Amino acid sequence: MLSALLVLPAFAQVDFTGEWAPLYHEDGPERLPGPELGDYTELPINAAARMAADTYDADRISVVPEYQCRPHGGDYSMRGLGNLRIWREIDPISEKLVAFHTHLLAWDSERTVWMDGRPHPPDWAPHTWQGFSTGVWDGNMLTITTTHLKINYMRRNGVPRSDKAIFTEHWTRHGDYLTVVTVIEDPVYLTEPLVRSDNWYLDPGQNIGVFGCEYAPEVPRPEGTVPNHLPGQNPYLKEFADWYGLPYEATRGGSETMYPEYQKKIAGEYHPPEKCSRYCKCTSLFDCNVTSK
Amino acid sequence: MMDKHRLSHGRGSVFALAMLMAGVAQCFAQPPQINPDTVQLTMAPVQGSVYVLMGDGGNITVQVGKDGVMLVDTGFAQLAPKAMAEIRKLSSGPIRWIVITHVHTDHSGGIAAMAKLGMTHESIGPPRIVAQSNVLNRMTGPQPNNGPKIPEEEWPNDEYFLPTKDFFFNGEAVVVYHVPDAHTDGDSIVFFRRSDVLSTGDVFTPGSYPIIDLSRGGSVDGEIAALNKIIDITVPARYQEGGTIVVPGHGRLCDEADVVEYRNMLTIIRDRFRDMIKKGMTLEQVKAVKPTLDFDTEYGSTTGFWTTDMFIEAVYKSLSGKK
Repeated sequence: MLSALLVLPAFAQVDFTGEWAPLYHEDGPERLPGPELGDYTELPINAAARMAADTYDADRISVVPEYQCRPHGGDYSMRGLGNLRIWREIDPISEKLVAFHTHLLAWDSERTVWMDGRPHPPDWAPHTWQGFSTGVWDGNMLTITTTHLKINYMRRNGVPRSDKAIFTEHWTRHGDYLTVVTVIEDPVYLTEPLVRSDNWYLDPGQNIGVFGCEYAPEVPRPEGTVPNHLPGQNPYLKEFADWYGLPYEATRGGSETMYPEYQKKIAGEYHPPEKCSRYCKCTSLFDCNVTSK
Repeated sequence: MMDKHRLSHGRGSVFALAMLMAGVAQCFAQPPQINPDTVQLTMAPVQGSVYVLMGDGGNITVQVGKDGVMLVDTGFAQLAPKAMAEIRKLSSGPIRWIVITHVHTDHSGGIAAMAKLGMTHESIGPPRIVAQSNVLNRMTGPQPNNGPKIPEEEWPNDEYFLPTKDFFFNGEAVVVYHVPDAHTDGDSIVFFRRSDVLSTGDVFTPGSYPIIDLSRGGSVDGEIAALNKIIDITVPARYQEGGTIVVPGHGRLCDEADVVEYRNMLTIIRDRFRDMIKKGMTLEQVKAVKPTLDFDTEYGSTTGFWTTDMFIEAVYKSLSGKK
């Protein structure tokens, strides 16, 4: 009786410890090969974010050496390519949960979710790619708040996310499945919170390799070159709308375009191609490319 | 939690309003009205032997060790006693070196006061006050808008005119680099080599557009070159994070990746302005197309002494050569 009591969890929490493999049944083309240029659908962005994305030149990620080994931000990491490991840190004296730690294949990104009630750092503290995270239990759901992020992307086609953004995650475990719902609030680039979800399944035999990254400029350029399109001169912005038969306005993002009512507004303007021609199948890294049938 | 507005040029303060009305050049020449009793200063550890004192005015970088105390910038004169009280919590040693990053009073106004307050029985004389020679030229010459003459005791006493100056203090090499014609024509950035900390002065002010003080020799191209110099010096640790820590002129602690974003922003804006100027667009026409819209929500301001409008004018004038 005594020993049974001693192993009861303090708050009936769930343990997320383990090796987790990503499921790409949601937003596969965006998450695997990467989003189409000019696709801002489902993003409640403002005019500033739209202009930043319109003038983004994808050459930047290779020409700017410091971008070559730039990891995903903490808000994007769970959507990115790669597997996940979660482990617990337990205080050896009190046996209380101090933190969850995560390791993702992509850029070997590691993150700590503090569970010991510590406050977030002051405003002057440095910002990091993964930010500073604290978690609280909401029943069996873990709710995590993350601040102190570095500037990064909301979507990998140039839609920015600022260093003033915070994001909240809700982790829920259903047997061998883990669901992560992420809510990003960004006063700089969003007009309302952006909600996204990702799923994982438990894969105890998983063995995450080393990512490794070393920047290496391969084409000589003048120091400080930052590829960008001048406003109004990006020739690629309408491709996405043309390929998928969408009205251009519907691809420009903004909260109005995110809700079902918008379908009525563009009724008659949406002309999907008769036959799928791009990303017709996309469920994993191995079957997702532009010509997949 | 610190009031972040205190970290960004004292926005919202009486000082900011005064600056807005009087113009940048005049404002940096005049000591602002500051009540030390209401100013909150925070001393934050940076890395190695280096700390930063944050509050109204520019950040003050503080290095302490067995040899005494070294400062990068002094903040406003009015805050010197309060700043010194914070420094004394770290070290009772004498201030032996003060490097001034540029001429503006929110960084240099406390030279005389800090030099005096920093003297102890261990002092062998007043501290060496290092600055690029253009800082001395600006201080000794006529002040903008017929401002009052700067007293001699507030001048640097150890100016340099070569690209760098270095010395060894508290067990580490300290390298001072001149970054010409950036925020002003006399900007210095200071690298603490063992601590791996770079103090930049106002060539890097995260969270707000850079102040291009054209009246004191600042320029957009010089500012971009200075940011590229910072990126050259800094070395990140794993995956582009940490490593060399950057203490900006105002605002939070940063690293190379933060400077890269800032440099990218200014480079992209420079490219756009060059194109518009090449097309013959006037300043009013440039303003009308909102050329910085994508960055305004991160760096811009419609109030305070350095607004988005003023930044656009400075960029245009700097690149077009029009006054």
